[in-house]
Amino acid sequence: MPAPKTAPEAPASHVPHVSGENRTVPGTRGRRGRVRDENGRRMPLWELILRYTLLLGVLALMIGPFLWQLSTSLKGPHENIFSSPPSFLPSDPTLHNYERVADTIPVWDYALNSLKVAAANVFTNCVGAALAGYALARLRYRGRKAATLVFILAMLVPVEGIIIAQFTTMRDLGLNNTLMGVLLPGCVSALNVLLMRNAFLNLPYEVEEAAFVDGANVWQRFFRIALPAVKGTLAVVAIFAFMGAWDDFLWPLIVLSDPDKFTLTIGLNYLHGTFANDERLVAAGTVIAVLPLIVLFACLQRYFFRGVGEGAVKG
Amino acid sequence: MKSQGAAAAATAGPEAVTAAGRGRRAGAPGAAGGREGRDGASGTARQGPARRRVRRQLVTSPWLFAAPGLAVVGIFILYPFVSTVINSFTDKRQLIEGKYVGLANFRELLHDDMFWIGLRNSTLYVLVVVPALVVLPLLLALLVQKQIPGITFFRSAFYTPVVASIVVVGLIWVWMLDERGLVNAVLEAVGAGKVGFLSDQWLLLFSAMGVTVWKGLGYYMIIYLAALANVPRELHEAAAVDGAGPVRRFLSVTVPAVRSTMVLVAALSSVAAFKVFSEVYLMAGPTGGPAGEDTTLVMLVQRTGTGLTGRVGYASAISVVIFVVTVALMLLVLRADRKEDA
Repeated sequence: MPAPKTAPEAPASHVPHVSGENRTVPGTRGRRGRVRDENGRRMPLWELILRYTLLLGVLALMIGPFLWQLSTSLKGPHENIFSSPPSFLPSDPTLHNYERVADTIPVWDYALNSLKVAAANVFTNCVGAALAGYALARLRYRGRKAATLVFILAMLVPVEGIIIAQFTTMRDLGLNNTLMGVLLPGCVSALNVLLMRNAFLNLPYEVEEAAFVDGANVWQRFFRIALPAVKGTLAVVAIFAFMGAWDDFLWPLIVLSDPDKFTLTIGLNYLHGTFANDERLVAAGTVIAVLPLIVLFACLQRYFFRGVGEGAVKG
Repeated sequence: MKSQGAAAAATAGPEAVTAAGRGRRAGAPGAAGGREGRDGASGTARQGPARRRVRRQLVTSPWLFAAPGLAVVGIFILYPFVSTVINSFTDKRQLIEGKYVGLANFRELLHDDMFWIGLRNSTLYVLVVVPALVVLPLLLALLVQKQIPGITFFRSAFYTPVVASIVVVGLIWVWMLDERGLVNAVLEAVGAGKVGFLSDQWLLLFSAMGVTVWKGLGYYMIIYLAALANVPRELHEAAAVDGAGPVRRFLSVTVPAVRSTMVLVAALSSVAAFKVFSEVYLMAGPTGGPAGEDTTLVMLVQRTGTGLTGRVGYASAISVVIFVVTVALMLLVLRADRKEDA
């Protein structure tokens, strides 16, 4: 839709005049009464329309594929999923494909495996990264600089390049083809350790100093003072540990060979490789895999966004 | 690092104040950090046994704290890294110990067509994906920057592909771009005819790049949003007063202001792009498309090194190439950054 170009926007908009082009938000007053840009300039109607048009266009591009997958997964066996022009809504929505996918591969077992690894990954990363981060930030000992360097170096190693050696290590430990083997290499990630270190470094030292004078030992200071103050970063670590484990593909693909032990992503790859022609089935599988994370994201958005900022700075 | 500091300090704020008020101050409040050891001996009326107990704790507890992290990182990251480098000079196979063969693996690489195909594809991936991921998320960030009603919803929606597993994303697009999938159905409906996105060697590779960009947009958008929030308003106002239009303001005000973020995004995305695996693996198949022409370097490592007869030594040599190129990419981006400064 073409944006109606009315008054010359920039100079005129400084004059508080009333016309049809001021979009007002019903039910709000004052500051939020009009849509303004960062200069306090009222946004002209054409710009608003242009913005929303673009936003909706990008929205279709980013969300559309997910909805199409959902729609495909709900289409019954008698509905043509290949029609042109395509039909976006299932004519007779059914959960039949979800039953079929469970009959074809043990999808719920795979989901449980993924959940086990992800939950364990959250626990080990939170505990391991908080402890090590505290040691790097707060404790004074010979070798602290060396320990910090170890984590920095580890963070820089491109994991994709060492998978074969990781696999060999895992085989030597007798842990390949186990969920433990999937978990271990990332169970305390160097990035998370450094994130926690920074969080602890940013706490004012005086608090712990005071506690020290009052006779609190190092564990008490860690658990009672430092840890509660970095809850935000800990939440970021937890979420990204969950997402990382749930979404991981390359490493589980290499370490797991027995279909009984597959995680969901490997199971989906297997489903796709074996039943590639059954699009409804694959669609149902992907919906099962993605839904938990979308729900998690919807609930904890704030931490997802915060994690991007913190991870990028260090990564 | 600044923004993170602010966030953490904000979290710590209230608790810090109350606790500091309650506690007694230690001797001299010197410079922050690294006073752990000294405090015990700073003469704050601490008696013998207690002091010794604290001392002992200070010797052992730091290592207790750091041990789990150091062990995991040492055994599963650093040791495999070192052994990858060492293995690259041997003819080791899975289940068979190798012997030192010098540079034989690297010499073989030079004559291995598959290696050159992998290097070509991974390099192409960087050349196409990185510019797209530096520019498009910035434009997207500008689009979602203004606080107009519903903008939070749009931001979250654009981030959704980041949250989804690459496997899910890959399979969604395999179906979207299928010969009988949505994109071709639409193309056919408008009379453009079908396109074999997943059957042609080059279309496949470029489709995979498109998927990488699609999945990364939201992530880098959030990084840019944080950077845009720090662009001084006065600059935009001054430029507007001088009569600069939106495009001019973007090029002369926004771009210079977020330049360091663009460098960061270039560094992050180029390293990630060079190590691409999943998108191509899922869309082109484990063998890398028609005649393996879509194989990337990491796919080659995975294919060469695994299995009962996996050539660990040879795969390690490819890995070493990946290490070297990764480091080179980082240096290149950082150097380009410095040159622009001068």
